[in-house]
Amino acid sequence: MREKHIGLGIFTFLVFVFLLGPLLIISVTSFEQGTVLKFPPESFSLDWYKNIFEVSGFLETFKVSIYLSLAGNLLALLIGIPAAYALNRFDFKGKALLEGIFVSPIIIPGIVLGFTFLRFFITYYQLPIYAGLFIGHTVIMLPFIIRVVSSSLANFDFSIEEAAVSLGASRIGTFFKVVLPNIKSGIIAGVLIAFLESFNNVDISVFMTGPGVSTLPIEMLTYVQNYFDPTIAALSVVLMIITALFMFFVERLLGLSYFTKR
Amino acid sequence: MRNYYKYLLILPGVLFLTIFMLVPIGMTIISTFFPNEAAADTSNYASLFRDSYFLEILWTTLRVSILTTIICMVLGFPAAYFIARMSAKMKAVLLILTIFPLLTSPVVRSFSWMVIIGRNGLVNEALMGIGIIQEPLEILYTPTAVIIGLVHLFLPLTIITLVGVMESIESDLLTAAASLGASRIGVFAKVVLPLCVPGLVIGGILVFVGSFTAYTTPALLGGQQRVLSTLLYQNANTLNDWHMASILAAIMIVVTLIVITCMNLLANKLNPRR
Repeated sequence: MREKHIGLGIFTFLVFVFLLGPLLIISVTSFEQGTVLKFPPESFSLDWYKNIFEVSGFLETFKVSIYLSLAGNLLALLIGIPAAYALNRFDFKGKALLEGIFVSPIIIPGIVLGFTFLRFFITYYQLPIYAGLFIGHTVIMLPFIIRVVSSSLANFDFSIEEAAVSLGASRIGTFFKVVLPNIKSGIIAGVLIAFLESFNNVDISVFMTGPGVSTLPIEMLTYVQNYFDPTIAALSVVLMIITALFMFFVERLLGLSYFTKR
Repeated sequence: MRNYYKYLLILPGVLFLTIFMLVPIGMTIISTFFPNEAAADTSNYASLFRDSYFLEILWTTLRVSILTTIICMVLGFPAAYFIARMSAKMKAVLLILTIFPLLTSPVVRSFSWMVIIGRNGLVNEALMGIGIIQEPLEILYTPTAVIIGLVHLFLPLTIITLVGVMESIESDLLTAAASLGASRIGVFAKVVLPLCVPGLVIGGILVFVGSFTAYTTPALLGGQQRVLSTLLYQNANTLNDWHMASILAAIMIVVTLIVITCMNLLANKLNPRR
């Protein structure tokens, strides 16, 4: 079944033009010198890249987004690794329900989560805005951590752990010295995927940002709605480079099968 | 081993999600039935579904989501079929090219379409340049723009889901069908397509639910044309009508859960291997 099918090949090529063309176009326009986005650009400059640092807000919110993703990841790991371990290692009554609860942040619409977080965290639980953002982002990162760590644990042979315990090692010691090193690459990949999920998030953050408190995607969203110059194109290129790097590492750690299997 | 040990490991996660997700969501839904903190009252749902402004937005949202789902399937299925039949190396390259936009920020992806279909965008410049049109086309800030943006957003997901399903079809099965005399189109229609139906259904749910609830793309490409998600945001943050926002949130959750449940049942039923 390897015969060439030219029509199908051309169709697929056009699909990729549709998918990647827009990203390519904004990358090229980011080097335009003038104040209007043009394609093809008429002159070459890096002015708009410099402008990223000059527009107040981008650098600051970039840091906020990174801190938020890192802090959220840390909490999601602390909660997620034990949960993923228990779900894979033991039998539970109502295991399907528990697994359902842990993936539900992916299923519940992001915009609904964002609104209820605003309503409950800020108004009802009286949390400071940054704490609300932090917890909200942790909630949406948790399913990714659990999913990736679980698939690593599914490949782990628990009889190795039993052997260590029967030779006199403590349960907790065994976990850190035997189990954890074996699922290390899964944990790192989970962190990278969860990081992107939080770093690109709009749905949760849009409700909890305002004057003085913002994340990079929200700052970009606001900028695009008010100005139309190549600064966002330049910033987009920076973000795409970061995305490509993350993807490269995830592919190295898990292979492409992580993305294709459901 | 003691029995409570395993529950101790899972407890922090369950507590965390209960306090910070399940309770807020549950309370939000319950609150929609108590507009005046008095007795239960469903009249606000009833009056909402008689409100022509709301119905128009609901209809736009449904139409946009259904069209996005259909277009994603029509574009994604042949592309996935082509990718799945490539050699391992070529397949990996094409999958990487599919996954890259999937991981790229939705803000970046919507913005790229503003550059292309905007009033002074590439499409209008090109069409006016060669004299096909005199006035710029108004594509941006219409439902069409939202559909284009959503297809761009969800097509990678469609393709990788379908490639995953097609990879699980044993090539022996196809060879067997071909060697028994089936034509290439016959193999496709009688073997490949039926085995892909569950994947198409699952891919379809993901795209439909995603489009029905997406915020960033309609917020940037839809302009004044609202959909449910932007209406929810407007009520919550601009109009401060939290009761209305809660009702919209409840509607979105219910629709999402119903669609996912139905489609899961359907996908199981349609799976020819069962």
